[in-house]
Amino acid sequence: MEPPSDFTPACPIPISQYPHVLMAHGGGGKLMHQLIGKMFLTAFTNPLLEMQHDSTVVEWTGKKLAFTTDSYVVRPIFFPGGDIGSMAVHGTVNDLAMSGARPLYLSSAFILEEGLPMETLWRVVCSMRDAAQRGGVQIITGDTKVVDKGKGDGLFINTAGIGIIEHEQKIAPQNVRPGDGVLVSGDLGRHGMAIMAVREGLEFESQIESDSAPVAGLVMQLLKAGIEIHCLRDLTRGGLASALNEIAEAAGVKIAVDEKSVPVREDVHAACEMLGLDLLHVACEGRFAAFIAAKDVERALQIMRGHAVGAASAMIGQVAESSTPLVTLKSSIGVDRILDMPSGEQLPRIC
Amino acid sequence: MKYLDEYRDGERAQQFAREIHRLTTRPWNIMEVCGGQTHAIVKFGIDELLPKFITLIHGPGCPVCVTPLEMIDKALEIAARPGVIFASFGDMLRVPGSTTDLLSVKATGGDVRIVYSPLDAVKLAEQNPAREVVFFGVGFETTAPATAMAVYQAAQKELKNFSMLISHVLVPPAIEALMSSPNCKVQGFLAAGHVCTVMGYWEYPPIAAKYHVPIVVTGFEPLDILQGVLMVVQQLESGRAEVENQYTRAVRREGNQSAQEIIRKVFKVVPRKWRGVGEIPQSGLGLNDAYAAFDAEKRFGLADRHVDEPTECLSGLVLQGQIKPHECPAFGTRCTPEHPLGATMVSSEGACAAYYRYRRQPAVVEQK
Repeated sequence: MEPPSDFTPACPIPISQYPHVLMAHGGGGKLMHQLIGKMFLTAFTNPLLEMQHDSTVVEWTGKKLAFTTDSYVVRPIFFPGGDIGSMAVHGTVNDLAMSGARPLYLSSAFILEEGLPMETLWRVVCSMRDAAQRGGVQIITGDTKVVDKGKGDGLFINTAGIGIIEHEQKIAPQNVRPGDGVLVSGDLGRHGMAIMAVREGLEFESQIESDSAPVAGLVMQLLKAGIEIHCLRDLTRGGLASALNEIAEAAGVKIAVDEKSVPVREDVHAACEMLGLDLLHVACEGRFAAFIAAKDVERALQIMRGHAVGAASAMIGQVAESSTPLVTLKSSIGVDRILDMPSGEQLPRIC
Repeated sequence: MKYLDEYRDGERAQQFAREIHRLTTRPWNIMEVCGGQTHAIVKFGIDELLPKFITLIHGPGCPVCVTPLEMIDKALEIAARPGVIFASFGDMLRVPGSTTDLLSVKATGGDVRIVYSPLDAVKLAEQNPAREVVFFGVGFETTAPATAMAVYQAAQKELKNFSMLISHVLVPPAIEALMSSPNCKVQGFLAAGHVCTVMGYWEYPPIAAKYHVPIVVTGFEPLDILQGVLMVVQQLESGRAEVENQYTRAVRREGNQSAQEIIRKVFKVVPRKWRGVGEIPQSGLGLNDAYAAFDAEKRFGLADRHVDEPTECLSGLVLQGQIKPHECPAFGTRCTPEHPLGATMVSSEGACAAYYRYRRQPAVVEQK
């Protein structure tokens, strides 16, 4: 039998250093960016995909729509401050909001492992229903697959979302300008540390709760107030460090951050220090960075701090011109250094 | 945060820096022994505050970095065997062996687990009686008590399916080896605070006297390190060579006696290979005869395996303070954290990783 033609070596695998997928290829750091850049972008190339935004904006009969998708594989399924269901709604709602879109509709696809207790599934579904109500979206289509016991880890959820853009602002990494203020919408690192604490059985004096929350309402308020927003980016895998590096790269600018102004809760900070993890690489699920025109920074901060999910918002840095894209961090003793993207997953240190 | 913010205070840091500037009259080379200190220095930019002619030389105190290649290869071989649960501190997973690393072994089906304490590995052995559980025991005197305790408990519980691949190393013999090298430029030491938390600093006065070198036991926060440097400079400028303790909030002269006792109970001092450096006599810990049954090298028949180090990686010179990481021709080009040639590029205490992560582009510092 003739071998199929697409198996010829004329189409070499674009990633040669690692013959197998590692966990780090999904960690939000450099290896994941390599995988996306060299494999997915190369294979699927088109101008919309190349924008590499949290959601893609498409024009359709005079309307601007944002479209995005995300899969959720978090363990444990239930964690302090949320669960896989609410996260699957919040995450996709937030990705739409990062384009300045008002989220409208979600799809929801379930991959269920044989033997999953119905009660667990029902709790997750109820949680999704409530999260969708809070986020102002409807789940309008879906899919269900069941895999053999041992071939899935309880349940995985994929959601895709559509939102509508009802303003004339262009919100994308490429629009970041020197002089922009860099704001974050709250304290960092809580989701990642909440998950790690449960997963590793680490106990702290107080329980760390995930920051998982929908932020679309807050973004809509900023837009309604006419704040000049240049870019929004949610701070999920890879944390603030990854988000800022991606944006500096896309916009060709320097982003200078002052470590002292980065909001963090004391228990989260302590947990990071203890485990040797860099707070700025830890994931959030209800936080975003906003690049705001200098003239509107104060007003934006006021609006953000007045909103329930943005109470601890702060300005953490500024955008400057630079011949090479760069993110710097002023340390607590006043010296500048590079703030790099994590390379893969963060690993706890020896001592 | 209490016990942290006060040791990262910018104003106090400047005060220490001014005092060091005032006292320093000529060039001095000071080695910080521990990789944790190296990372703090580069991460906070502590060296930027010092006079230009004080050179901080980065020492060999990164346990991941000094674990010899053949030990990594043995770990990879054991971890890939069916039926084995291989438990390790997270830091070791990215370290390159001759052909692969533990993360890749995990990706191809090896059961590799990150643990936070060697005692977690003992629990794994209890929970999985049909599996061989192997713990990768690496580190300096800091982690040795916990490793020793794990072996001790496994023996108490009569666990037959638990063993350890041990590559523990000791700080004082490494300092001696460095000082007796003809290329040694080091004139003063910041001793590793956490090692001394366990061992105390009673071992250091003979070294300080023999090589006429000041040794200051130093902590890991910016103000600790600046004060440690100040104390070394004070000694150097006045011609003294004594052992002093900057890290008084954690370290006593005699150290932690019960930790030392468990080390003595389980381990004996052995010669040990250091990656990129070679064998240093009496520089490591191995299981003593009473606990020899827990030796994974013997259990898996790997004791006689020897592997040569690759020549392109200059981490040996970096670990001995003879070159700075960015002076290696492979730095940042053929050697990056994603594709490392040596462990110094991937460990959270490795000097190459610190330089790559925090100051790859010298322009950042110049713009200041």
